[in-house]
Amino acid sequence: MNEPLQPVARLAGAVKRYGAQLALDGVDLVLRRGELLALLGPNGAGKSTSIGLLLGLLRPDAGRAELFGLDPQRIEARRRIGVMLQTAMLPPTLRVGELLRLTASYYPDPRPLAESAALAGIGDLLKRPYGRLSGGQQRRVQFALALCGRPELLFLDEPTVGMDIDARRRLWAAMRALVDEGCSVVLTTHYLEEAEALAQRVAVLDKGRVLSEGSVDELRAKVALSRIRCLSDLDAEAVARWPQVASASRAGGRLQIATSAAERVVRRLLDADPELRELEVQRAGLAEAFTELTRETAEQEAA
Amino acid sequence: MDAVTVPAPAPAAAAGMPPRRVLGAYLAEARSECLRYLRAPGFMLPIVLFPTMFYLLFGIVMAKSEGTDATRYLLASYGVFGVMSPGLFGFGVSLAIERDGGLLTLKRALPMPPGAYLLGKMLMAMAAAAMVVLLLLAMALGLAHLPLTAAQAGALLLTGTLGVLPFCALGMFVGTLIKGQGAPGMLNLVYLPMSFLSGLWFPLPMLPKVLQQIAPVWPSYHLDRIALAAVGLGQGAWWPHALALAGFAAAFLLLAARRLRRHG
Repeated sequence: MNEPLQPVARLAGAVKRYGAQLALDGVDLVLRRGELLALLGPNGAGKSTSIGLLLGLLRPDAGRAELFGLDPQRIEARRRIGVMLQTAMLPPTLRVGELLRLTASYYPDPRPLAESAALAGIGDLLKRPYGRLSGGQQRRVQFALALCGRPELLFLDEPTVGMDIDARRRLWAAMRALVDEGCSVVLTTHYLEEAEALAQRVAVLDKGRVLSEGSVDELRAKVALSRIRCLSDLDAEAVARWPQVASASRAGGRLQIATSAAERVVRRLLDADPELRELEVQRAGLAEAFTELTRETAEQEAA
Repeated sequence: MDAVTVPAPAPAAAAGMPPRRVLGAYLAEARSECLRYLRAPGFMLPIVLFPTMFYLLFGIVMAKSEGTDATRYLLASYGVFGVMSPGLFGFGVSLAIERDGGLLTLKRALPMPPGAYLLGKMLMAMAAAAMVVLLLLAMALGLAHLPLTAAQAGALLLTGTLGVLPFCALGMFVGTLIKGQGAPGMLNLVYLPMSFLSGLWFPLPMLPKVLQQIAPVWPSYHLDRIALAAVGLGQGAWWPHALALAGFAAAFLLLAARRLRRHG
Protein backbone atom coordinates (compact mmCIF):
# COMPACT_ATOMS: atom_id res chain seq x y z
CA MET A 1 0.00 0.00 0.00
CA ASN A 2 1.47 3.25 -1.10
CA GLU A 3 -0.16 6.04 0.78
CA PRO A 4 2.13 9.02 1.14
CA LEU A 5 -0.47 11.05 -0.73
CA GLN A 6 -3.34 10.01 1.41
CA PRO A 7 -3.89 12.50 4.22
CA VAL A 8 -3.32 11.16 7.72
CA ALA A 9 -6.20 13.16 9.13
CA ARG A 10 -8.78 15.38 7.53
CA LEU A 11 -11.63 17.68 8.42
CA ALA A 12 -13.80 18.62 5.46
CA GLY A 13 -16.37 21.35 5.92
CA ALA A 14 -16.80 20.30 9.53
CA VAL A 15 -19.61 22.02 11.39
CA LYS A 16 -20.34 21.49 15.07
CA ARG A 17 -22.96 23.18 17.19
CA TYR A 18 -23.45 23.05 20.94
CA GLY A 19 -27.07 24.03 21.27
CA ALA A 20 -27.39 27.45 19.70
CA GLN A 21 -23.65 28.12 19.79
CA LEU A 22 -21.70 27.43 16.64
CA ALA A 23 -18.35 25.95 17.68
CA LEU A 24 -17.05 25.02 14.22
CA ASP A 25 -18.26 26.78 11.13
CA GLY A 26 -17.07 24.74 8.17
CA VAL A 27 -13.47 23.88 9.01
CA ASP A 28 -11.17 22.29 6.42
CA LEU A 29 -7.90 20.85 7.66
CA VAL A 30 -5.56 18.33 6.09
CA LEU A 31 -2.65 16.70 7.82
CA ARG A 32 -0.01 14.89 5.77
CA ARG A 33 2.40 12.16 6.81
CA GLY A 34 5.38 13.27 8.87
CA GLU A 35 4.08 16.77 9.32
CA LEU A 36 3.67 18.79 12.51
CA LEU A 37 0.62 21.01 12.38
CA ALA A 38 0.06 23.57 15.11
CA LEU A 39 -3.46 24.76 15.83
CA LEU A 40 -3.46 28.25 17.26
CA GLY A 41 -6.27 30.40 18.44
CA PRO A 42 -7.79 32.08 21.46
CA ASN A 43 -9.92 30.13 23.94
CA GLY A 44 -13.18 29.07 22.36
CA ALA A 45 -11.76 29.30 18.85
CA GLY A 46 -12.62 25.69 18.12
CA LYS A 47 -9.26 23.96 18.66
CA SER A 48 -10.52 21.40 21.14
CA THR A 49 -13.67 20.79 19.13
CA SER A 50 -11.55 20.12 16.03
CA ILE A 51 -9.47 17.61 17.97
CA GLY A 52 -12.61 16.07 19.46
CA LEU A 53 -13.96 15.48 15.96
CA LEU A 54 -10.71 13.93 14.73
CA LEU A 55 -10.59 11.63 17.77
CA GLY A 56 -14.18 10.52 17.25
CA LEU A 57 -15.22 11.93 20.63
CA LEU A 58 -17.68 14.22 18.85
CA ARG A 59 -19.74 13.79 15.70
CA PRO A 60 -19.80 16.62 13.16
CA ASP A 61 -23.24 18.10 12.50
CA ALA A 62 -22.21 18.55 8.88
CA GLY A 63 -19.08 17.76 6.91
CA ARG A 64 -16.66 14.94 7.58
CA ALA A 65 -13.88 13.92 9.93
CA GLU A 66 -11.44 11.21 8.86
CA LEU A 67 -8.44 9.42 10.32
CA PHE A 68 -6.38 7.51 7.76
CA GLY A 69 -9.40 7.70 5.47
CA LEU A 70 -11.59 5.99 8.08
CA ASP A 71 -14.29 7.09 10.48
CA PRO A 72 -12.41 8.16 13.66
CA GLN A 73 -14.76 6.04 15.76
CA ARG A 74 -13.38 2.89 14.11
CA ILE A 75 -10.92 1.26 16.48
CA GLU A 76 -8.68 0.31 13.51
CA ALA A 77 -8.12 4.02 12.92
CA ARG A 78 -7.50 4.82 16.57
CA ARG A 79 -4.93 2.02 16.91
CA ARG A 80 -2.67 4.23 14.80
CA ILE A 81 -2.91 7.34 16.98
CA GLY A 82 -1.57 8.49 20.34
CA VAL A 83 -3.37 11.01 22.50
CA MET A 84 -2.48 13.53 25.17
CA LEU A 85 -5.47 15.54 26.32
CA GLN A 86 -5.51 18.78 28.28
CA THR A 87 -7.05 17.30 31.39
CA ALA A 88 -6.88 13.66 32.29
CA MET A 89 -6.79 12.60 35.90
CA LEU A 90 -5.19 9.18 35.72
CA PRO A 91 -5.63 6.67 38.55
CA PRO A 92 -3.38 8.01 41.34
CA THR A 93 -2.65 4.64 42.94
CA LEU A 94 -1.25 3.04 39.80
CA ARG A 95 2.50 3.19 39.23
CA VAL A 96 3.87 4.90 36.16
CA GLY A 97 5.14 1.60 34.73
CA GLU A 98 1.73 0.02 35.19
CA LEU A 99 0.02 2.87 33.37
CA LEU A 100 2.48 2.55 30.50
CA ARG A 101 2.01 -1.20 30.28
CA LEU A 102 -1.79 -0.82 30.32
CA THR A 103 -1.86 1.80 27.57
CA ALA A 104 0.65 -0.13 25.45
CA SER A 105 -1.61 -3.19 25.69
CA TYR A 106 -4.23 -1.41 23.53
CA TYR A 107 -1.89 -1.24 20.53
CA PRO A 108 -0.87 -3.93 18.02
CA ASP A 109 2.84 -3.13 17.97
CA PRO A 110 3.79 -0.92 20.92
CA ARG A 111 7.23 0.44 21.75
CA PRO A 112 9.23 -1.39 24.42
CA LEU A 113 8.46 0.16 27.79
CA ALA A 114 12.01 1.36 28.37
CA GLU A 115 12.06 3.13 25.00
CA SER A 116 8.81 5.01 25.70
CA ALA A 117 10.10 6.00 29.13
CA ALA A 118 13.42 7.20 27.72
CA LEU A 119 11.73 9.26 24.96
CA ALA A 120 9.54 11.06 27.48
CA GLY A 121 12.33 11.32 30.07
CA ILE A 122 10.53 9.39 32.80
CA GLY A 123 12.90 6.44 33.18
CA ASP A 124 13.42 7.30 36.85
CA LEU A 125 9.68 7.53 37.63
CA LEU A 126 8.49 4.07 36.56
CA LYS A 127 8.09 2.71 40.09
CA ARG A 128 6.40 5.81 41.51
CA PRO A 129 2.61 6.03 42.01
CA TYR A 130 1.16 8.53 39.55
CA GLY A 131 -0.62 10.49 42.30
CA ARG A 132 2.68 11.32 44.02
CA LEU A 133 4.20 13.06 40.99
CA SER A 134 4.44 16.80 40.42
CA GLY A 135 2.27 18.41 37.77
CA GLY A 136 5.12 18.61 35.27
CA GLN A 137 6.09 14.98 35.88
CA GLN A 138 2.48 13.92 35.35
CA ARG A 139 2.43 15.73 32.00
CA ARG A 140 5.60 13.87 30.98
CA VAL A 141 3.96 10.57 31.91
CA GLN A 142 0.93 11.51 29.81
CA PHE A 143 3.27 12.24 26.92
CA ALA A 144 4.85 8.81 27.36
CA LEU A 145 1.37 7.25 27.26
CA ALA A 146 0.66 9.12 24.04
CA LEU A 147 3.73 7.79 22.25
CA CYS A 148 3.95 4.28 23.75
CA GLY A 149 1.79 2.67 21.04
CA ARG A 150 4.22 3.67 18.27
CA PRO A 151 1.51 5.88 16.74
CA GLU A 152 1.63 7.25 13.20
CA LEU A 153 -0.26 10.30 14.38
CA LEU A 154 0.02 12.05 17.71
CA PHE A 155 -2.55 14.46 19.16
CA LEU A 156 -1.05 16.79 21.75
CA ASP A 157 -3.47 19.20 23.37
CA GLU A 158 -1.51 21.91 25.22
CA PRO A 159 1.25 19.45 26.12
CA THR A 160 3.70 21.75 27.86
CA VAL A 161 1.35 23.56 30.24
CA GLY A 162 2.79 23.34 33.74
CA MET A 163 6.27 22.30 32.63
CA ASP A 164 9.43 24.15 33.53
CA ILE A 165 11.66 25.41 30.72
CA ASP A 166 14.01 22.47 30.93
CA ALA A 167 11.21 19.90 30.70
CA ARG A 168 9.62 21.84 27.86
CA ARG A 169 12.86 21.82 25.84
CA ARG A 170 13.19 18.07 26.36
CA LEU A 171 9.63 17.52 25.22
CA TRP A 172 10.30 19.60 22.13
CA ALA A 173 13.32 17.45 21.37
CA ALA A 174 11.24 14.29 21.79
CA MET A 175 8.57 15.68 19.46
CA ARG A 176 11.21 16.46 16.83
CA ALA A 177 12.58 12.93 17.16
CA LEU A 178 9.12 11.49 16.60
CA VAL A 179 8.53 13.66 13.54
CA ASP A 180 11.90 12.52 12.18
CA GLU A 181 10.65 8.94 12.55
CA GLY A 182 7.78 9.86 10.24
CA CYS A 183 5.15 10.47 12.88
CA SER A 184 2.61 13.22 12.22
CA VAL A 185 1.64 15.54 15.03
CA VAL A 186 -1.33 17.80 15.71
CA LEU A 187 -0.37 20.26 18.41
CA THR A 188 -2.51 22.87 20.08
CA THR A 189 -0.70 25.40 22.16
CA HIS A 190 -0.92 28.77 23.79
CA TYR A 191 2.81 29.24 23.51
CA LEU A 192 3.50 30.82 20.17
CA GLU A 193 7.21 30.22 20.44
CA GLU A 194 6.35 26.54 20.68
CA ALA A 195 4.55 26.61 17.34
CA GLU A 196 7.35 28.72 15.91
CA ALA A 197 10.01 26.28 17.08
CA LEU A 198 8.28 23.07 16.01
CA ALA A 199 5.57 23.46 13.43
CA GLN A 200 5.94 23.01 9.71
CA ARG A 201 2.44 24.34 9.30
CA VAL A 202 0.27 26.57 11.42
CA ALA A 203 -3.48 26.92 11.25
CA VAL A 204 -5.00 29.87 13.03
CA LEU A 205 -8.55 29.33 14.21
CA ASP A 206 -10.95 31.92 15.48
CA LYS A 207 -14.67 31.70 16.13
CA GLY A 208 -14.92 28.28 14.55
CA ARG A 209 -13.20 29.17 11.28
CA VAL A 210 -9.71 28.71 9.86
CA LEU A 211 -8.38 32.24 9.45
CA SER A 212 -5.09 31.30 7.95
CA GLU A 213 -3.17 28.21 7.15
CA GLY A 214 0.38 27.81 5.99
CA SER A 215 4.00 27.63 7.04
CA VAL A 216 5.23 29.81 9.87
CA ASP A 217 6.96 32.05 7.31
CA GLU A 218 3.84 32.32 5.18
CA LEU A 219 1.82 33.29 8.19
CA ARG A 220 4.36 35.94 9.11
CA ALA A 221 4.45 37.22 5.54
CA LYS A 222 0.68 37.44 5.49
CA VAL A 223 0.94 40.02 8.21
CA ALA A 224 4.01 41.81 6.97
CA LEU A 225 4.58 43.69 10.13
CA SER A 226 7.84 44.79 11.68
CA ARG A 227 8.36 45.97 15.20
CA ILE A 228 10.36 49.12 15.91
CA ARG A 229 11.55 49.98 19.39
CA CYS A 230 13.53 53.01 20.40
CA LEU A 231 14.15 55.61 23.10
CA SER A 232 12.48 58.80 21.98
CA ASP A 233 10.38 61.65 23.30
CA LEU A 234 7.96 61.55 20.35
CA ASP A 235 4.29 61.35 21.25
CA ALA A 236 3.08 57.79 20.73
CA GLU A 237 -0.43 58.91 19.80
CA ALA A 238 0.88 61.22 17.13
CA VAL A 239 3.13 58.52 15.69
CA ALA A 240 0.20 56.14 15.61
CA ARG A 241 -1.51 58.48 13.12
CA TRP A 242 1.42 58.32 10.68
CA PRO A 243 0.71 56.49 7.42
CA GLN A 244 1.51 52.76 7.41
CA VAL A 245 1.85 52.63 11.19
CA ALA A 246 -0.40 49.90 12.53
CA SER A 247 0.01 50.81 16.15
CA ALA A 248 2.29 52.77 18.45
CA SER A 249 2.54 52.74 22.18
CA ARG A 250 4.88 53.61 25.02
CA ALA A 251 6.15 50.88 27.32
CA GLY A 252 8.76 51.50 29.99
CA GLY A 253 10.08 54.72 28.42
CA ARG A 254 10.41 53.04 25.03
CA LEU A 255 8.37 53.82 22.00
CA GLN A 256 7.01 50.69 20.30
CA ILE A 257 5.72 50.79 16.76
CA ALA A 258 4.22 48.10 14.57
CA THR A 259 4.38 48.87 10.87
CA SER A 260 4.19 47.34 7.43
CA ALA A 261 6.86 49.72 6.06
CA ALA A 262 9.70 49.75 8.53
CA GLU A 263 12.21 51.60 6.32
CA ARG A 264 9.98 54.60 5.71
CA VAL A 265 8.85 54.87 9.29
CA VAL A 266 12.44 54.67 10.54
CA ARG A 267 13.48 57.46 8.17
CA ARG A 268 10.67 59.67 9.37
CA LEU A 269 11.43 58.83 12.99
CA LEU A 270 15.06 59.85 12.62
CA ASP A 271 13.99 63.10 10.93
CA ALA A 272 11.44 63.87 13.60
CA ASP A 273 13.69 63.15 16.56
CA PRO A 274 17.44 63.63 16.05
CA GLU A 275 17.95 62.62 19.69
CA LEU A 276 16.52 59.15 19.05
CA ARG A 277 18.62 56.34 20.55
CA GLU A 278 18.77 52.55 20.82
CA LEU A 279 16.83 51.86 17.64
CA GLU A 280 15.76 48.26 17.10
CA VAL A 281 13.88 46.84 14.14
CA GLN A 282 12.54 43.30 14.26
CA ARG A 283 10.45 41.16 12.01
CA ALA A 284 7.17 40.35 13.70
CA GLY A 285 6.98 37.05 15.52
CA LEU A 286 4.08 34.71 15.33
CA ALA A 287 2.59 36.50 18.31
CA GLU A 288 2.14 39.77 16.38
CA ALA A 289 0.96 37.99 13.27
CA PHE A 290 -1.55 36.12 15.32
CA THR A 291 -2.95 39.13 17.17
CA GLU A 292 -3.08 41.01 13.89
CA LEU A 293 -5.07 38.21 12.23
CA THR A 294 -7.56 37.79 15.02
CA ARG A 295 -7.88 41.57 15.43
CA GLU A 296 -8.79 41.95 11.76
CA THR A 297 -11.72 39.57 12.02
CA ALA A 298 -12.92 41.26 15.19
CA GLU A 299 -12.90 44.58 13.32
CA GLN A 300 -14.67 43.13 10.31
CA GLU A 301 -17.38 41.83 12.54
CA ALA A 302 -17.74 45.11 14.34
CA ALA A 303 -18.07 46.92 11.00
CA MET B 1 15.83 -29.49 6.22
CA ASP B 2 16.30 -25.80 5.74
CA ALA B 3 12.68 -25.04 6.50
CA VAL B 4 13.56 -21.82 8.22
CA THR B 5 10.46 -19.74 8.33
CA VAL B 6 11.24 -16.10 8.00
CA PRO B 7 8.67 -14.18 9.99
CA ALA B 8 6.83 -11.91 7.62
CA PRO B 9 7.24 -8.27 8.54
CA ALA B 10 4.32 -7.29 10.70
CA PRO B 11 1.89 -5.19 8.68
CA ALA B 12 1.85 -2.52 11.32
CA ALA B 13 0.22 -0.02 9.02
CA ALA B 14 -2.77 -2.29 8.52
CA ALA B 15 -3.35 -1.93 12.27
CA GLY B 16 -4.69 -5.42 12.56
CA MET B 17 -4.51 -6.71 16.09
CA PRO B 18 -4.10 -10.42 16.77
CA PRO B 19 -6.82 -11.83 19.06
CA ARG B 20 -4.24 -12.70 21.70
CA ARG B 21 -3.24 -9.07 22.06
CA VAL B 22 -6.89 -7.98 22.20
CA LEU B 23 -7.47 -10.47 25.01
CA GLY B 24 -4.32 -9.15 26.66
CA ALA B 25 -5.77 -5.63 26.57
CA TYR B 26 -8.92 -6.81 28.34
CA LEU B 27 -6.82 -8.56 30.98
CA ALA B 28 -4.53 -5.56 31.46
CA GLU B 29 -7.55 -3.29 31.93
CA ALA B 30 -9.12 -5.64 34.52
CA ARG B 31 -5.81 -6.04 36.32
CA SER B 32 -5.26 -2.28 36.54
CA GLU B 33 -8.79 -1.72 37.75
CA CYS B 34 -8.37 -4.29 40.55
CA LEU B 35 -4.90 -3.03 41.51
CA ARG B 36 -5.88 0.60 41.74
CA TYR B 37 -8.73 -0.09 44.14
CA LEU B 38 -6.95 -2.67 46.26
CA ARG B 39 -4.38 0.06 46.86
CA ALA B 40 -6.98 2.69 47.74
CA PRO B 41 -7.80 2.28 51.44
CA GLY B 42 -10.47 4.97 51.19
CA PHE B 43 -12.38 2.65 48.90
CA MET B 44 -11.61 -0.79 50.37
CA LEU B 45 -11.85 -0.05 54.12
CA PRO B 46 -15.53 0.99 54.29
CA ILE B 47 -16.50 -1.85 51.97
CA VAL B 48 -14.82 -4.44 54.17
CA LEU B 49 -15.22 -2.89 57.62
CA PHE B 50 -18.92 -2.04 57.76
CA PRO B 51 -20.38 -5.48 57.03
CA THR B 52 -17.77 -7.34 59.08
CA MET B 53 -18.09 -5.04 62.12
CA PHE B 54 -21.88 -5.16 61.99
CA TYR B 55 -21.84 -8.91 61.66
CA LEU B 56 -19.39 -9.34 64.51
CA LEU B 57 -21.50 -7.16 66.77
CA PHE B 58 -25.08 -8.10 65.87
CA GLY B 59 -24.63 -11.50 64.28
CA ILE B 60 -22.08 -13.10 66.56
CA VAL B 61 -21.63 -11.29 69.91
CA MET B 62 -25.20 -10.17 70.54
CA ALA B 63 -26.89 -13.14 68.87
CA LYS B 64 -25.26 -15.68 71.16
CA SER B 65 -28.38 -15.96 73.35
CA GLU B 66 -30.68 -16.39 70.36
CA GLY B 67 -29.00 -19.50 68.99
CA THR B 68 -27.46 -20.15 65.63
CA ASP B 69 -30.53 -19.18 63.57
CA ALA B 70 -29.90 -15.47 64.12
CA THR B 71 -26.23 -15.93 63.25
CA ARG B 72 -27.24 -17.81 60.12
CA TYR B 73 -29.91 -15.28 59.15
CA LEU B 74 -27.60 -12.31 59.60
CA LEU B 75 -24.79 -14.01 57.69
CA ALA B 76 -27.04 -13.85 54.64
CA SER B 77 -28.33 -10.32 55.14
CA TYR B 78 -25.01 -8.73 56.09
CA GLY B 79 -23.51 -10.65 53.20
CA VAL B 80 -25.97 -8.90 50.89
CA PHE B 81 -25.33 -5.58 52.63
CA GLY B 82 -21.60 -6.07 52.06
CA VAL B 83 -22.01 -7.13 48.44
CA MET B 84 -24.05 -4.08 47.48
CA SER B 85 -21.36 -1.52 48.21
CA PRO B 86 -18.57 -2.62 45.83
CA GLY B 87 -21.20 -2.65 43.08
CA LEU B 88 -22.74 0.71 43.91
CA PHE B 89 -19.59 2.56 44.92
CA GLY B 90 -17.04 0.74 42.76
CA PHE B 91 -19.04 1.56 39.67
CA GLY B 92 -20.93 4.69 40.62
CA VAL B 93 -18.26 6.75 42.34
CA SER B 94 -15.45 5.85 39.98
CA LEU B 95 -17.56 6.49 36.88
CA ALA B 96 -18.76 9.85 38.23
CA ILE B 97 -15.20 10.92 39.04
CA GLU B 98 -13.69 9.63 35.83
CA ARG B 99 -16.32 11.37 33.74
CA ASP B 100 -15.45 14.55 35.57
CA GLY B 101 -11.67 14.18 35.49
CA GLY B 102 -11.37 13.38 31.78
CA LEU B 103 -10.13 9.81 32.19
CA LEU B 104 -13.21 8.41 30.45
CA THR B 105 -12.71 10.83 27.56
CA LEU B 106 -9.07 9.77 27.22
CA LYS B 107 -10.04 6.09 27.28
CA ARG B 108 -12.63 6.72 24.56
CA ALA B 109 -10.00 8.41 22.42
CA LEU B 110 -7.47 5.60 22.97
CA PRO B 111 -7.89 2.32 21.12
CA MET B 112 -9.09 0.49 24.21
CA PRO B 113 -11.13 -2.52 23.09
CA PRO B 114 -14.88 -1.89 23.43
CA GLY B 115 -16.32 -2.70 26.83
CA ALA B 116 -12.93 -3.30 28.47
CA TYR B 117 -13.47 -0.34 30.76
CA LEU B 118 -16.80 -1.60 32.10
CA LEU B 119 -15.69 -5.22 32.13
CA GLY B 120 -12.65 -4.29 34.23
CA LYS B 121 -14.79 -2.48 36.79
CA MET B 122 -17.22 -5.39 36.85
CA LEU B 123 -14.49 -7.91 37.62
CA MET B 124 -13.12 -5.61 40.30
CA ALA B 125 -16.55 -5.36 41.96
CA MET B 126 -17.00 -9.15 41.77
CA ALA B 127 -13.61 -9.72 43.40
CA ALA B 128 -14.35 -7.23 46.19
CA ALA B 129 -17.79 -8.82 46.76
CA ALA B 130 -16.24 -12.29 46.94
CA MET B 131 -13.73 -11.00 49.46
CA VAL B 132 -16.45 -9.58 51.73
CA VAL B 133 -18.44 -12.84 51.62
CA LEU B 134 -15.32 -14.88 52.36
CA LEU B 135 -14.53 -12.70 55.38
CA LEU B 136 -18.07 -13.09 56.73
CA LEU B 137 -17.95 -16.85 56.13
CA ALA B 138 -14.64 -17.07 57.98
CA MET B 139 -16.14 -15.22 60.93
CA ALA B 140 -19.29 -17.36 60.96
CA LEU B 141 -17.32 -20.60 60.83
CA GLY B 142 -14.33 -19.62 62.93
CA LEU B 143 -15.85 -17.39 65.62
CA ALA B 144 -19.48 -18.46 65.85
CA HIS B 145 -18.87 -22.13 64.86
CA LEU B 146 -21.96 -21.98 62.69
CA PRO B 147 -22.78 -25.44 61.28
CA LEU B 148 -22.63 -24.68 57.58
CA THR B 149 -22.14 -27.26 54.84
CA ALA B 150 -19.55 -26.69 52.14
CA ALA B 151 -22.37 -26.52 49.61
CA GLN B 152 -24.10 -23.76 51.58
CA ALA B 153 -20.90 -21.75 51.93
CA GLY B 154 -20.21 -22.19 48.23
CA ALA B 155 -23.75 -21.16 47.31
CA LEU B 156 -23.48 -18.00 49.41
CA LEU B 157 -20.14 -17.12 47.82
CA LEU B 158 -21.62 -17.60 44.36
CA THR B 159 -24.69 -15.56 45.29
CA GLY B 160 -22.51 -12.71 46.48
CA THR B 161 -20.12 -12.78 43.52
CA LEU B 162 -22.89 -12.75 40.92
CA GLY B 163 -25.30 -10.77 43.06
CA VAL B 164 -23.06 -7.71 42.85
CA LEU B 165 -23.91 -7.29 39.16
CA PRO B 166 -27.36 -5.62 39.43
CA PHE B 167 -25.81 -3.16 41.88
CA CYS B 168 -23.00 -2.49 39.42
CA ALA B 169 -25.67 -1.56 36.87
CA LEU B 170 -27.50 0.64 39.40
CA GLY B 171 -24.23 2.31 40.45
CA MET B 172 -23.32 2.86 36.81
CA PHE B 173 -26.67 4.54 36.19
CA VAL B 174 -26.22 6.87 39.19
CA GLY B 175 -22.65 7.53 38.00
CA THR B 176 -24.00 8.73 34.66
CA LEU B 177 -26.42 11.11 36.38
CA ILE B 178 -23.91 12.83 38.65
CA LYS B 179 -20.44 14.11 37.94
CA GLY B 180 -17.56 14.29 40.37
CA GLN B 181 -17.56 14.40 44.14
CA GLY B 182 -21.35 14.50 44.63
CA ALA B 183 -21.67 10.82 43.79
CA PRO B 184 -20.72 9.20 47.14
CA GLY B 185 -23.39 11.16 49.02
CA MET B 186 -26.03 10.36 46.43
CA LEU B 187 -25.09 6.68 46.46
CA ASN B 188 -25.34 6.53 50.25
CA LEU B 189 -28.85 7.92 49.88
CA VAL B 190 -29.58 4.90 47.73
CA TYR B 191 -27.53 2.33 49.63
CA LEU B 192 -28.52 2.85 53.26
CA PRO B 193 -32.31 3.30 52.95
CA MET B 194 -32.49 0.43 50.48
CA SER B 195 -30.64 -1.86 52.87
CA PHE B 196 -32.96 -0.95 55.70
CA LEU B 197 -36.13 -1.23 53.63
CA SER B 198 -35.31 -4.67 52.29
CA GLY B 199 -34.75 -6.10 55.75
CA LEU B 200 -30.98 -6.35 55.78
CA TRP B 201 -30.64 -4.68 59.20
CA PHE B 202 -33.84 -5.86 60.88
CA PRO B 203 -35.78 -8.87 59.64
CA LEU B 204 -38.68 -7.74 57.46
CA PRO B 205 -41.44 -9.05 59.77
CA MET B 206 -40.24 -6.50 62.35
CA LEU B 207 -40.91 -3.60 59.96
CA PRO B 208 -44.29 -1.89 59.39
CA LYS B 209 -46.69 -3.68 57.09
CA VAL B 210 -46.43 -1.06 54.31
CA LEU B 211 -42.66 -1.39 54.14
CA GLN B 212 -42.99 -5.18 53.99
CA GLN B 213 -45.33 -4.87 51.07
CA ILE B 214 -43.13 -2.59 49.00
CA ALA B 215 -39.94 -4.55 49.76
CA PRO B 216 -40.01 -6.47 46.42
CA VAL B 217 -39.37 -3.12 44.71
CA TRP B 218 -35.77 -3.18 45.94
CA PRO B 219 -33.19 -5.39 44.22
CA SER B 220 -31.51 -6.00 47.58
CA TYR B 221 -34.69 -7.69 48.83
CA HIS B 222 -34.44 -10.28 46.07
CA LEU B 223 -30.74 -10.86 46.62
CA ASP B 224 -31.43 -11.34 50.32
CA ARG B 225 -34.04 -14.01 49.52
CA ILE B 226 -31.49 -15.90 47.41
CA ALA B 227 -28.78 -15.54 50.07
CA LEU B 228 -31.17 -16.88 52.74
CA ALA B 229 -31.97 -19.84 50.51
CA ALA B 230 -28.24 -20.42 50.04
CA VAL B 231 -27.62 -20.77 53.80
CA GLY B 232 -30.69 -23.00 54.24
CA LEU B 233 -33.31 -20.49 55.39
CA GLY B 234 -35.13 -20.23 52.08
CA GLN B 235 -38.88 -19.91 51.77
CA GLY B 236 -40.13 -20.96 48.37
CA ALA B 237 -38.21 -21.03 45.14
CA TRP B 238 -35.17 -18.77 44.70
CA TRP B 239 -35.13 -18.51 40.94
CA PRO B 240 -37.97 -15.94 40.56
CA HIS B 241 -35.78 -13.62 42.61
CA ALA B 242 -32.84 -14.32 40.32
CA LEU B 243 -35.04 -13.39 37.36
CA ALA B 244 -36.10 -10.18 39.09
CA LEU B 245 -32.43 -9.29 39.66
CA ALA B 246 -31.56 -10.01 36.05
CA GLY B 247 -34.39 -7.67 35.08
CA PHE B 248 -33.09 -4.91 37.36
CA ALA B 249 -29.58 -5.34 35.97
CA ALA B 250 -30.73 -5.18 32.36
CA ALA B 251 -32.94 -2.15 32.96
CA PHE B 252 -30.27 -0.06 34.72
CA LEU B 253 -27.62 -1.13 32.23
CA LEU B 254 -29.78 0.05 29.35
CA LEU B 255 -30.58 3.36 31.03
CA ALA B 256 -26.91 3.94 31.83
CA ALA B 257 -25.74 2.99 28.34
CA ARG B 258 -28.24 5.41 26.82
CA ARG B 259 -27.07 8.26 29.01
CA LEU B 260 -23.41 7.48 28.41
CA ARG B 261 -23.92 7.48 24.66
CA ARG B 262 -25.71 10.81 24.78
CA HIS B 263 -23.68 12.67 27.36
CA GLY B 264 -20.34 10.83 27.55
